[in-house]
Amino acid sequence: MEYIVIVISAIFVSNIVLAQFLGVCPFLGVSKKVSTSVGMGGAVLFVMTLATLVTYIIQTYILTPFDLEYMQTIVFILVIASLVQMVEIMLKKISPPLYQALGIFLPLITTNCAVLGVAILVITKEFNMMESLVFAVANAIGFTLALVLFAGLREHLDLMKVPKGMRGIPIALVTAGILALAFMGFANLV
Amino acid sequence: MAKKKNSLFNMTSSLFLITAIAAFGLAKVYDATKGPIEEAEKLKTETAIKEVIPPFESLETGEIKCFDSEETLTVYYGISGGDTTGIAVESFTKNGFSGLITVMVGFLPDGTINQSKVLKHAETPGLGSKMEENKFKNQFTEKHPSEYKLQVKKDGGDVDAITASTITSRAYCDAIDRAYKSIWEGGTK
Amino acid sequence: MNQWTNFTKGFIKENPVFVLLLGMCPTLGVTTSAINGIGMGLATTFVLVMSNVIISLIKNFIPSSVRIPSFIVIIATFVTIVDLSMKAYIPDLHAQLGLFIPLIVVNCIVLGRAEAFASKNNVVSSLIDGLSMGLGFAFALGLLGAVREILGAGSVFDFKFINPEADGILVFVLAPGAFIALGYLIALINSLRKS
Repeated sequence: MEYIVIVISAIFVSNIVLAQFLGVCPFLGVSKKVSTSVGMGGAVLFVMTLATLVTYIIQTYILTPFDLEYMQTIVFILVIASLVQMVEIMLKKISPPLYQALGIFLPLITTNCAVLGVAILVITKEFNMMESLVFAVANAIGFTLALVLFAGLREHLDLMKVPKGMRGIPIALVTAGILALAFMGFANLV
Repeated sequence: MAKKKNSLFNMTSSLFLITAIAAFGLAKVYDATKGPIEEAEKLKTETAIKEVIPPFESLETGEIKCFDSEETLTVYYGISGGDTTGIAVESFTKNGFSGLITVMVGFLPDGTINQSKVLKHAETPGLGSKMEENKFKNQFTEKHPSEYKLQVKKDGGDVDAITASTITSRAYCDAIDRAYKSIWEGGTK
Repeated sequence: MNQWTNFTKGFIKENPVFVLLLGMCPTLGVTTSAINGIGMGLATTFVLVMSNVIISLIKNFIPSSVRIPSFIVIIATFVTIVDLSMKAYIPDLHAQLGLFIPLIVVNCIVLGRAEAFASKNNVVSSLIDGLSMGLGFAFALGLLGAVREILGAGSVFDFKFINPEADGILVFVLAPGAFIALGYLIALINSLRKS
């Protein structure tokens, strides 16, 4: 498959948050300010790419040859959890400024189902290694795009007069729905 | 009972123990469910074959090479009283909106499309998933691919696409086309 | 704590979806119909109950610093068991729920209850807590699924009550409808809880 098709469909057509519903928790949780959402996006990009690469290698060279596919879930989640820990420790040593920027988001990523979701998706879609990497990066960008757009909308929502029962999460969800509707306009792009 | 101390030995041993028990248990569950999973998949294939070709007495299985790639397709010949009553092909397409779509396509012996059934897909519920409905599928029935152009009307073919799901409709045509061409053109038995 | 209040808390008062806002991904992702929602809810309930019981049984044998990884291994084991069994015995529902079955492992409700409840309470309370939260989750998913199915497809539990050829308000079956329907449901539950 052509890489450009993978990229466009992952970012716009079937956006990981707005069309596939992966990573909705951080999408609702850390979208109150644009600046934090950019940080979260960066952290996800980092971990998702690395995690997909490592789990892909494990799946292809260990799980499949030894007929251990049923261990997939358990192995993948452990890899992601330890990877997040390792990235945290390494960032602290190598690049303190980057750690300061991304550090608080890293622990949240273990339970971000977008990371595990993408790792499993590249296996079910039978991508090769390069396609998997492109897919992971594109999905991370798609995640960041949705998150930043949504954070921008929510900053404005704070200034609006919203009916009492709709304040907070309900109006945020409806806004996300309208954003998802806008993304459906990309449907015939590929 | 007192909590265990955080010594290195305690940490590694307890983690190791838990993982070992988990792996052992899973292996058992995997063995126990392996049979039923294969059974369920077989049943699904059989039901699909019965749905897409006319009634038959016995079934013969064969493999043909895909007309445009190195992959092979599984073919089922429905046989009744020595005559072939229909041919079912387990075809696929990679042009779906979200990944692979597997379709069982049934033909009459002369190549006329009888019926088809989706075996596996990941299309959007409510849009692409409508390819499973008869409204879409039945338009192929009794059409012969030599005179019926297996393309959506937008691309100059004869197929009515599903509203707002042109990609899925195109993919579906591709799967039927692959089944037909692999048997009657190019493919070797 | 009274076991009855422990059991009923999951449905409205501390409903994992409507009040605690946990497990949003499967909530939005699989609720295209009432059946799918309930199926997902029950699969999660099984994992929640089993992992709660096991964790509460062995909580004293796990050193605190490897607590979380141990919990994750236990949860992932039960998720795989559910995954394999559903594939074997209810393959159609398994195909519908797809990716969201293995993703139960990262559902914040499961790890959240393990950490916040099962690792501090006895087996019976943990069992009831798991049941309560799981069934509350299933209730929420079933409700959202039913609302989306009624509006979006004109049917409920696959029983179509409008002209079989006609479509419903399609947007409610699609992704945007999930967000919008859940938004209004939460607003409704909020106002019910306050009155």
